[in-house]
Order: sequence, then C-alpha cells, then structure tokens
Amino acid sequence: MIYPIKSYHKTFTILTISLVLIFILNISLGSVFIPFKQTLLALLNENTKNDAWKTIILNYRLPKAITAILVGSGLSISGLLMQTLFRNPLAGPFVLGISSGASLGVAILILGATFIGVNITAFAYTNWGLAIAASLGAFLVLSAVLLAAIKVRNTMSILIIGLMFGSLTAAVISVLAYFSSANQLQQYLFWSFGSLGNLTWHEISTFFVIFLIGLLLVTFIIKPLNSLLLGENYAKSMGVNIKLTRNITLISTSLLTGVITAFSGPIAFIGLAVPHLTKLLFKTSNHKTLIPAVAISGSIIMLICDSIAQLPNSEYTLPINAITSLFGAPIIIWLLIRKRKIY
Amino acid sequence: MVINTKKKNLLKLENNQKHIIKIDNLSIGYASKKHINLIASNLNINLKPGNLVCLLGKNGIGKSTLLRTLTKVQPALGGDIFINQKNLNEISNSNLSKQLSVVLTEKLPESSLSVFELIALGRQPYTNWVGQLNTKDIKIIETALEETNTKHLMQAKYYQLSDGQLQKVLIARALAQNTNIIILDEPTAHLDIHHTIETFTLLKKLAEKYGKTIIISTHEINLALQLADELWLMTPKKFVTGKTNNLIENNQLNNLFSSSLIHFDKEMKQFTISKSN
Repeated sequence: MIYPIKSYHKTFTILTISLVLIFILNISLGSVFIPFKQTLLALLNENTKNDAWKTIILNYRLPKAITAILVGSGLSISGLLMQTLFRNPLAGPFVLGISSGASLGVAILILGATFIGVNITAFAYTNWGLAIAASLGAFLVLSAVLLAAIKVRNTMSILIIGLMFGSLTAAVISVLAYFSSANQLQQYLFWSFGSLGNLTWHEISTFFVIFLIGLLLVTFIIKPLNSLLLGENYAKSMGVNIKLTRNITLISTSLLTGVITAFSGPIAFIGLAVPHLTKLLFKTSNHKTLIPAVAISGSIIMLICDSIAQLPNSEYTLPINAITSLFGAPIIIWLLIRKRKIY
Repeated sequence: MVINTKKKNLLKLENNQKHIIKIDNLSIGYASKKHINLIASNLNINLKPGNLVCLLGKNGIGKSTLLRTLTKVQPALGGDIFINQKNLNEISNSNLSKQLSVVLTEKLPESSLSVFELIALGRQPYTNWVGQLNTKDIKIIETALEETNTKHLMQAKYYQLSDGQLQKVLIARALAQNTNIIILDEPTAHLDIHHTIETFTLLKKLAEKYGKTIIISTHEINLALQLADELWLMTPKKFVTGKTNNLIENNQLNNLFSSSLIHFDKEMKQFTISKSN
C-alpha cells in the first residue's frame, strides 16, 4: 500500500535554508553599519577590517540572534503543546497567563527582595535565580489553570480563567511595585519590556541548558499528544497515561516559558500565532512533524521581529514585545475571520 | 519448563472460550466525596467470545455508565469485572488497550488529522515511543480500511466526512487496535436508516468473521432483535441478559419500557403502539 503520510522533506528544506539566510541577515543588520562581507568574515572568526566590528558581531549580534532562535522556537513549542493539551486553538503561554506567572516569579525576586531581606538580592541577579523564579511562577500558574481546566471543560471558560490569572498576577505585581524602590522598579520595568539582547555567552549557556531539558521532555510526549487529538477518553483507551502526559507537558512548558521569560522578558503572541501559521503551511496535526516545524518557523519569525525592532542603521531599539504583538495580533484576527475553522 | 508453559497457554485458550467478559454483582454510578449516586446495582454478566451484544434500555437508565465502567473510564461502585478471567482493576491501561477498544459518542476535538492518520492512531498500543508504523502496522490498517470500505477516504481530512463515513472510520480505528473486544456507545445515533443498517451489518460481520466480541448500546431495538446474538436489557427493576430468542420467548422485552403506550409484539418481533381503549 502507498504510505499516505507525507514526510514534508521539501518544506523542511526550504524552511531550514530560510532560517539560515535570515539568521545571517539578522546578524548583518544593526545600529552600526557593517559591510555584509565583513559580517561573514567575523562569523567565520577571520580578521575584519575594523576590530570593533568583530567584537560587535561575535559578542553582541550573534548572542542576540541565538537568543531569538531559542525564544522563538521555545515559545512556539509551548504554544503548540498547550493548544493540544487544552484542546483549545486560542491557548498559548501568554493568553493562559503562563508568561504572567513567570513575570510574577521575577517580580517577587526583584521587587520582593525588600520584604524578604537583603540577602536574597545577591541571588536575585544571578541567571539561575531569575530562571528558577520564572519557571516556578510559570509552573504555579499553569498548574492552577490546568486544575481549573479539569473541572471546567468549556474551552471559552478556560481562556477566561487564564486571563483572570493574568490579571491576578498583574495585581500582585502592582502591589509589589508600590512598595519597592525606584531603582528596583526601573530594573523590573526594563525587564518587562522584553529584550533579546544584553545576554552574555555565559548567560546563554545557562539558557541553553534549561531549554534543552525542556525540549528533551517534549520528545517523550509526541506519541501521547497525537492520541490526545482524539480526546482524553480515546487516548486513555489506547493505553495513554493521561496524568503522566499532562505532568510532562506541564513541566516542559513551564521550563521553556519560564527560562525564556526570565532572560528575555514576557514576549507576547509568538506562542499563539506561530503554531497556527505552521499548521496552515503543513496542513497536519501530527506532532512528529509539527514540533520541529513550529520550532523552525518560530525561530524565523522571531529573527524577523528582532530585525525590525533593531531599526537598521539607527540607534533606536524598539521593545521586542511591541513588534511581536504588532505581528501576532493581526494574524490571529485574520485567521479567525478568514477561516471558520482553526485548530 | 517449555511444555509447562505450553500447557498453561492451552488452558488459557480453553478458558477464553468460556467467558471473555464476566461481571459479578456490579454496582455502577457516580461517587463524590459528599454522596453516592447509584445508577444500577446487582448486575451480572457471563459473556462468551464472538458474540454481537446489544445493550438496550430507555434514556437515562445507565447504559453509558455501564459501558464507561466496563471500559475503565470510571470506577465501579462495587462488584467485580473480569476481562479474559482477569480482574479489570488489575489490568493496566496499556494492557487493556490491547484487549478492548472503543467507539465513543463524544465529538472529536478539532484537528486536521487525515482518515489514515486517525485509523493509524489505533496502532499506538503496539508502536514504539514515537509511534513509528512498521509494515505489520500498515498491513493491519489496510485490512481495517478494507473491512470498513473506507479505503477511498484515507487521504481525506476527518472533518470533511459525513456522519456515516466518520462512524465507519472510527470503527476502522477500533479494528486497527486489533482487540478481541470492541465496545460502541450508540454508534448509530446520528445516522439515517441506510447507514444505521450498514453499520450494524458491518459489526455483525466482524463478530462472525474475526470472532470479535462486540458490545453496542443502542436504541435501534428492531435491528438489535434481528442481528444481536445476545441482548442485555436494562430496566429500572432488573438487569437481564441472554440469547435474543430466549428473551423474546420469555416475554422479557415487555419490561423494557414500563409504559402503557407501547408493547412488544412477540409474533412480529417488534414494538408496536398499544391500541388506546
């Protein structure tokens, strides 16, 4: 029999080539003009005409591009997992309040230091401190939303519950902000604008390790997520351990969203919009195809958003969060209007 | 040692011939912390393999609850269920998925699964950790497509199908799961008479050809009386099981609806409206 499951080799090849091209393009653009040829030379670790150019590319632009890839792919995978787990096309790390949970974790660490004492401040500014706090916050809110989702089956109610959790965490953050010093407040505010830059190689390696752990967990739930496409009862009848699958999804999305939010701030709409765009392109629901597909598309879109935010040859950098929202929100509206069905 | 296990296997086969499903004094319903909502109790079943069974009863009597309990979706309130001589509580979900498959009434969540992919999901209990299909899996899926006459649909997305086609595809998925028992909850609820008869005859064929044990809850009483090997009748007062003809002979069907509006006509083997006078 002809095996009627497409392998999508062609689409994957095109996407990967686009990713590489956009990656190089992203690095060649920035506030300082660097000739394209010199950019390539710097990337290959050859000497450039101007030593400063090499420093800019290797220590500023390359880490930023890598961060964009980690953020874009991680958020898109988280969004895809949530859309399947909650059986809800509008689920995503931002909509369900998971990003807010991560923000709360960071806010407690930065702003709440006044309440807990001075000792914690030193820990607060380490990468691990931020990452752990954000992941815990994400985990907390995601568990709460999930508990609610088990009781309330209605998809609309779950979204509203997610929004409410988002409001709740925002309120707690406001209270914390009210009692904190101007210095702390400024620090938190800048973090919350979202930024892909300013990460050292050391911070990126921390980021990468946690990201990989999250990704590794995801590979174990590809098969059960596919059976969950038929609903929990069918999945159970095919021998899926629902509780375990739910917990692994919970932990992996918390880790991914948590670490991303810790290092880059709360970034909206990528997790929601990218899976839908990818599903339009691939026309499949099979997670074995979709997970690598959303990872690549997410990286591409994040790199493009970053290139726009960077406003080539100008000294201004727009908040990345604004760009992703400007890109993501219209896409969701367009999808809802154009197609009656979205999954 | 080898001979010993062989003997054991033979014995097991003989036992299989006895009862594929045995239920002792089962109570079903919903238990919460505050109170217990008992839906039916004192249920006893001894079912031999290869039979087409129709579970009949009026709305709200607990047919779905019984099937949900049988398939381990919800726990029993009391009593025991044995599948292939093994207590259901001691069978793991992954083990049960190789013995029992289901076709449910619930609406499928939206997705863009193709018919082939949907049926292929039935192979999940047997595939590796990423769900890779091997040649044996493909062969079994092909058989399922052929038996249900859905091969021409395999490239289509499942949401493009009519209700009748979707029902056949869902049965094909259960077939691909390759279990001895298939349980269907009102499989013909949304179908016209043509597709209803088609579905019933398909299930009858599967029971006869492959010796599968097929349990259907249904309101299609007239079809059930013609095709079912065995009936399970649920009434508020009691739960009766037996061969279809025996139950007709013993006037058990008259108790199915405790209503003066309809009665069972033994000669015509169907329910008719009572003459009002």
